[in-house]
Amino acid sequence: MIHIPEKGTPHDRGRAEEEAAVRCEPPAAGVLTVYLSGCWKIDGPTPSADEVIQQVPSLPGASRMVLNAEQVSAWDSTLLSFIVKLGAYCAAQEIAFDSQMLPAGIQRLVKLATAVPAKETSHRIGKGQPFLARLGEAVLGVWQGTADMLAFIGEAFVAFCRFLTGRAQYQRSDLLRFMWNCGPQALPIVTLISLLVGLILAFVGAIQLLLFGAQIFVANLVAVAMVRVMGAVMAAVIMAGRTGAAFAAQLGTMQVNEEIDALKTMGIPPMEFLVLPRMLAIVVMMPVLCVYADVMGIIGGLIVGVGMLNLGLVEYLNQTKASLTLTYFWIGLFYSAVFGVLIALAGCLRGLQCGRSASAVGAATTSAVVTAIVAIVVATAVITFALNVIGI
Amino acid sequence: MSAAPHIVVTDLTMAYGRVVIQKDLTFTVNRGDVFIIMGGSGCGKSTLLRHLIGLIPPAKGSVHYGDIDFWQASAAKRDRIMRGIGVLYQKGALWSSMTLAENVALPLQEFTDLNAAQIEELVALKLALVGLAGFEGHYPSEISGGMQKRAGLARAMALDPEILFFDEPSAGLDPISARRLDELILELRESLGATVVVVTHELASIFAIGNNSVFLDPETKTMIAAGDPKALRDDASNSTVRSFLTRGEA
Repeated sequence: MIHIPEKGTPHDRGRAEEEAAVRCEPPAAGVLTVYLSGCWKIDGPTPSADEVIQQVPSLPGASRMVLNAEQVSAWDSTLLSFIVKLGAYCAAQEIAFDSQMLPAGIQRLVKLATAVPAKETSHRIGKGQPFLARLGEAVLGVWQGTADMLAFIGEAFVAFCRFLTGRAQYQRSDLLRFMWNCGPQALPIVTLISLLVGLILAFVGAIQLLLFGAQIFVANLVAVAMVRVMGAVMAAVIMAGRTGAAFAAQLGTMQVNEEIDALKTMGIPPMEFLVLPRMLAIVVMMPVLCVYADVMGIIGGLIVGVGMLNLGLVEYLNQTKASLTLTYFWIGLFYSAVFGVLIALAGCLRGLQCGRSASAVGAATTSAVVTAIVAIVVATAVITFALNVIGI
Repeated sequence: MSAAPHIVVTDLTMAYGRVVIQKDLTFTVNRGDVFIIMGGSGCGKSTLLRHLIGLIPPAKGSVHYGDIDFWQASAAKRDRIMRGIGVLYQKGALWSSMTLAENVALPLQEFTDLNAAQIEELVALKLALVGLAGFEGHYPSEISGGMQKRAGLARAMALDPEILFFDEPSAGLDPISARRLDELILELRESLGATVVVVTHELASIFAIGNNSVFLDPETKTMIAAGDPKALRDDASNSTVRSFLTRGEA
């Protein structure tokens, strides 16, 4: 577009680069002349259009503004932006704007930039709203979010019922793949974390119990804590970060690619085809991981007990065995089953709610993990309190 | 060709929340039509398509398939209608965790009683029809955009649908692939006797395949023309429609 070699084209280099400047001549016969000079490039300092705009009211009697750019040695979009802003100001002040004295390239670009008037409705609503309005929207959003969540839980339950009656549309190979992913593949990280949690519990307990010479009770502390609640909680936190996030990202990406729409229009409910196998996999595997985490935690405690507190191995194991009851074990399994449902719900819900952009997938993944961990902690509190009330 | 109405849209208003996209849309797609939904960018063409294929409920108005009011019908009836349509999405929308063969096979597995060998044969046939024979084991990410689209078409045709919907079929394709896809669309309509609904703003495609259309205008937020696109080009009274169909040159 700007190929004509003329004075002051954007690529006019080689001159002594003089700094960009602007000078306003007081109006003569209603004509205000603005002289531009120097190098108007994005990498050098350039005057702002506001400088001219501020001067205009102090120069009364201007009914017409003429721009003179004969002294401009080089220019790029910086000058263009300056002129467009000035032009908009003049239009608002009903001052005639004369750009005839500008290089032809600039004139054409200015014309192009002002050809389509800014559309009023294309500004997004929502920004710059008063505080109360935004607060109201946020509260309505919470209400809507709760309604969506309940609807999702209901649909998931219906899908589960269809699964029980053998009418659900899902692929067995998917289910097996997710189970493999939620179970065996998670073992290394569960091993590491639970072992360390067992160690930490034993350490913290040992320091206190040594004061009474009751270090043997480290075995009770670790075993009861791990089996009753900590094994389930640690496994759940790992799975929320590992698998819940993966579910949200998978479903979110499918949403972006219209893959979920394709399922719907094909008459295959995404709830059964996508959500059901993921939920089943994690709900089945969570208790297994929980038991595994319990064992690893107890081994962690044993390392401290035998290695540091000089307890006998058999003594420690016997004490552990004596401290545990089957009820504790069931309680742990109950926690982990609940956590499994929560992680799967959070991951799948956020994935299906995902918007249609890459950043939406990121947001969905983050939200899935946050939702799952909050839900896990709240559920732990509620169940622990309830167990306390009923006395087990 | 019989002119029996296949899809009847009456007084349809589409909105996201309170923002109206298009209002007062009334048109009929006849059996065997190649029906074009056209209009400038951002006028709601794809949104209209999503209303027709049952992904978004209308804010107002109705969509009839034959004599059945889609949004008033029971879920079972809706499912049956949905099963009779095939959709080719803008980017193919193949299920990325499955191979091409598995993509095409899934609807057959879910909705027919065919055995594995029969399904395999049909899948090979459908892929061959769109020129992708031998790509059964490829994953969608391993083939080009144009091939993904053709594979998407093979999947859309898996159940021999009565109505095929295309969302911007030629977007992102080179001119020759775009023309081949157009020819394929016409061929399918002839041989399967399907009704075809195409969202596009490619003039070449519009005139090559369309015999009926609706024109959506983003300014007035409603339809401003309907009918055969070639006739519209030659004697539309509305200047927006005429300049769209002649690239603003007449």
